[in-house]
Amino acid sequence: MMEATDVPSLPRGVRTRFDDVRGVWVLLAPERVLMLDEIGLAILDEVDGTRDFGTITAMLAARYDAPADRIAADAARFLGGLRNRRFLDVVAA
Amino acid sequence: MIGIARPIAMLAELTHRCPLSCPYCSNPVELTHKAGELPTEVWVDVFAQAAAMGVLQVHLSGGEPASRRDLEELVAAAAGAGLYTNLITSGIGLTRDRLLALEAAGLDHVQLSLQGTDAAMADAIGGYRGGFDRKMEVAGWISDIGFPLTLNFVMHRRNLHQLPRALEMAEEMGARRIEVATVQFHGWAIRNTGTLMPTLEQAREADAMVRDARARLGGRLVIDYVPADYHAEFPKRCMGGWGSSGFNVMPDGTVLPCHAAQTIPHLSFDRVQDRPLAEIWYEGAAFNAYRGTDWMQEPCCSCNRREIDFGGCRCQALALAGDASATDPVCSRSPHRDKVRALADAAAADAGAALVYRTFAPVP
Ligand code: SF4
Ligand code: SF4
Repeated sequence: MMEATDVPSLPRGVRTRFDDVRGVWVLLAPERVLMLDEIGLAILDEVDGTRDFGTITAMLAARYDAPADRIAADAARFLGGLRNRRFLDVVAA
Repeated sequence: MIGIARPIAMLAELTHRCPLSCPYCSNPVELTHKAGELPTEVWVDVFAQAAAMGVLQVHLSGGEPASRRDLEELVAAAAGAGLYTNLITSGIGLTRDRLLALEAAGLDHVQLSLQGTDAAMADAIGGYRGGFDRKMEVAGWISDIGFPLTLNFVMHRRNLHQLPRALEMAEEMGARRIEVATVQFHGWAIRNTGTLMPTLEQAREADAMVRDARARLGGRLVIDYVPADYHAEFPKRCMGGWGSSGFNVMPDGTVLPCHAAQTIPHLSFDRVQDRPLAEIWYEGAAFNAYRGTDWMQEPCCSCNRREIDFGGCRCQALALAGDASATDPVCSRSPHRDKVRALADAAAADAGAALVYRTFAPVP
């Protein structure tokens, strides 16, 4: 689970990149490639290693004019999945 | 080209040279000598072609890729082409300075092989005295520099009991991931089936150890596990499906749909010196031979798993069923399943045999 004060960041060796051959955004990680959909990309765009999870979801809720709790649930599921695969570091405040 | 996906990954076997001589090495039995290796500029061009086709990651492998003096230059070229670069190494041949140069060249990730968890085992399996101590030194530099690290533990009858320690070592080294791969019987390993094939009991023990470790280490260490397919119900999917997501380039420029594809004698392969990489991928005879599902026979063609495992391994089908289009005989639905049983029984009877290490044929 992600707490509002958790600060997520992409560790060394994990990064997003625009794949200009396919015209999609991808997440590159050790020996793995994930194709990112619009939602995943929007979430990762806010992950800068300083913002906490609460700030990230508030920003997304404002930008997409969507209920904050639904955004938080979606983002927690997505980021939690990355974290389980060690594609995301999370520092608890 | 309609319907053929772009490749995502390329395995670049830069060289077959290696200080180690593991008896299960996945390199072909006929190893390429140094004189037959592609020069730097051809590899540089291959990386650019691969990136233009949609390849996103390159796995720099061998043999031991550090045996190439131009490794740093090759990493820089691959990274410069936009590829995510992964070094698959035994560690032998790397120094702290070389690792720093690789970091500067843009190397993204290191996969370090582990032949055993102590010097006695590791050096006996790798056939290289002092290799284990050297590897531990290299592992220290890798974590000091901060490279993301995956440990690769090839598991077999002789070292399977060391799995718990291998998991601990992965944690101690700060690895994010460990690949626990039960030995596959291709190439050199076929000469060592008796000594290397785990028993059914060992395979079950490994399953249980992995299950427990995953529960305990979830979120800290990712465990990718390749179980013993000869003791499994269904075969494993090879290369994500033949010609569907990746390819291998051999030291001499031959492009293969999988490691062992050259054991299928009726296939013909193209080389990067003779044909553009994209043409080899989309039109090459070897790539189209077993792409998709059209080539399948029963029971695969009417099986609900045909797009899950793509009928398993073509090379194993040829080796055991005598037909590369047959269902992989490790499949419980294969009519040749008894041959796998017979192989396992023969292996058990031959468990005490001496290891046969990989070697180069004399220079002609
Ligand atoms: S399997 Fe062993 S011998 Fe073969 S390339 Fe790897 S380290 Fe070298
Ligand atoms: S019959 Fe073929 S497709 Fe079905 S599980 Fe076995 S190998 Fe896979």
